[in-house]
Amino acid sequence: MPTPVLEFDEVRKRFAPDRLVLDGLRLEVLPGETVALVGPSGCGKTTALKLANRLLEPDGGVVRVFGRPAAEQEPVALRRRIGFVIQEGGLFPHWTVRENVEAVPRLLGWTPERRRERSDAMLATVGLPAGAFAPRRPASLSGGERQRVGVARALAAAPSLVLMDEPFGALDPIARREMQKEFLAWRTRWDAAVLLVTHDLGEAFRLADRVAVMASGRIRQVGPPDTLRREPADAFVREFVSEFLA
Amino acid sequence: MSGLSRFLWERRDEILALTGEHLVLVAVSAAIATAIGVPLGVALTRRPGLARPVLGFANTVQAIPSLALFGFLIPVPVLGGIGARTAIVALVVYSLLPILRNTHAGILSVEPAVVEAADGIGMTRGERLRLVELPLAFPIVLAGIRVAVVVGVGLATIAAAIGAGGLGVLIYRGVATADHRLILAGALPAAALALALDFLLGLVARRWGPRR
Ligand SMILES: Nc1ncnc2c1ncn2[C@@H]1O[C@H](COP(=O)(O)OP(=O)(O)OP(=O)(O)O)[C@@H](O)[C@H]1O
Ligand SMILES: [Mg+2]
Repeated sequence: MPTPVLEFDEVRKRFAPDRLVLDGLRLEVLPGETVALVGPSGCGKTTALKLANRLLEPDGGVVRVFGRPAAEQEPVALRRRIGFVIQEGGLFPHWTVRENVEAVPRLLGWTPERRRERSDAMLATVGLPAGAFAPRRPASLSGGERQRVGVARALAAAPSLVLMDEPFGALDPIARREMQKEFLAWRTRWDAAVLLVTHDLGEAFRLADRVAVMASGRIRQVGPPDTLRREPADAFVREFVSEFLA
Repeated sequence: MSGLSRFLWERRDEILALTGEHLVLVAVSAAIATAIGVPLGVALTRRPGLARPVLGFANTVQAIPSLALFGFLIPVPVLGGIGARTAIVALVVYSLLPILRNTHAGILSVEPAVVEAADGIGMTRGERLRLVELPLAFPIVLAGIRVAVVVGVGLATIAAAIGAGGLGVLIYRGVATADHRLILAGALPAAALALALDFLLGLVARRWGPRR
């Protein structure tokens, strides 16, 4: 079996002494794989993502990234190798679309020509032609356009691991379906491992190779969509899946 | 020409020289206060526990009547004495609070999601400050500097009491001789100077502020 790109090994995390948010989280994301992390609001999905790029530190267990404990890797260098789409978008409001997309390449010291070439390509990938969109600022974009820029920014330096926190969360159902279709099309062009957080099980089933159902800080079941549908591991998963199927 | 205009015109060389002195007092003290207040304001956002006591202390110092502060400083070694240096020290003390407070508030006003994005894509703390936080806080910081400068122009007139020069010289002489025209010869250029500096800094805010 190949070395996982990202691995949570019995990870525990608490924000208050009496309340474990993650309680023995186990999950692997293999090279080239899309794993969706689903679960009710507040179950610890965002917390898990932030442990992967060391925005948070675990209280127990080990998080391994690129085959090595994250704790042993310098946080800034680690984060530049991981694409990160944050839940609220988090675009830099004083920068143009192009400047936002070129943020990581710029931190990495790419030449302006190489950056430009890359941002043109990324913007085309997410369906925002550079000619029309590159000079605009986030405030002038629609919610969906902003989320596309967030995705382009996360992918610009060709990371081999991408963390996506509700990347299509702010969209209406129609725009959401559109973005999901595009995601599947982009996906054939990058071989990164993707951990995709969503609370929408339908989205998880459409986009992911494997789906991990999370509740109260643990993974209840992880497997291909079909397995979850046919052989739910417990009552919680059955309930969770049946609500989507209904 | 009215009496006042002729009076001012005849003293134009002295008024101009004193306006120059005044401008130097205000500009030097605002520059020093900015050099201290901006880094200190940033530092306070990194140590929230210190923010309250330090801002509170700066507030209290600000409440000392200015003439008294000038007086207190005269016997202080190095910083004090008679002359422009003491005046600049006192003006720095007064200019510091608005700059400090606005820098602190400006950095804290940056959206948490934006700060998190800066960290999440791998900016160092210095890069985050230089590329994201300071540019976004710039209009608020500059508003603090504007307040400091406008208030400083007024306060600097009092500095003449300790021999620092500036337009206060004419005002004091006018008060001592009960000559309204002399008082106005100091007060009018001071008011014009305050308005002009405020206008200039407004241009700076528009020209170099972040666009959104
Ligand atoms: N910095 C923090 N301090 C204290 N509690 C926190 C912090 N961050 C998260 N929590 C708590 O931890 C729990 C898990 O939060 P998390 O953001 O991981 O949930 P989530 O699964 O991403 O939820 P959602 O689907 O609503 O985004 C929540 O109860 C939240 O209130
Ligand atoms: Mg979340």
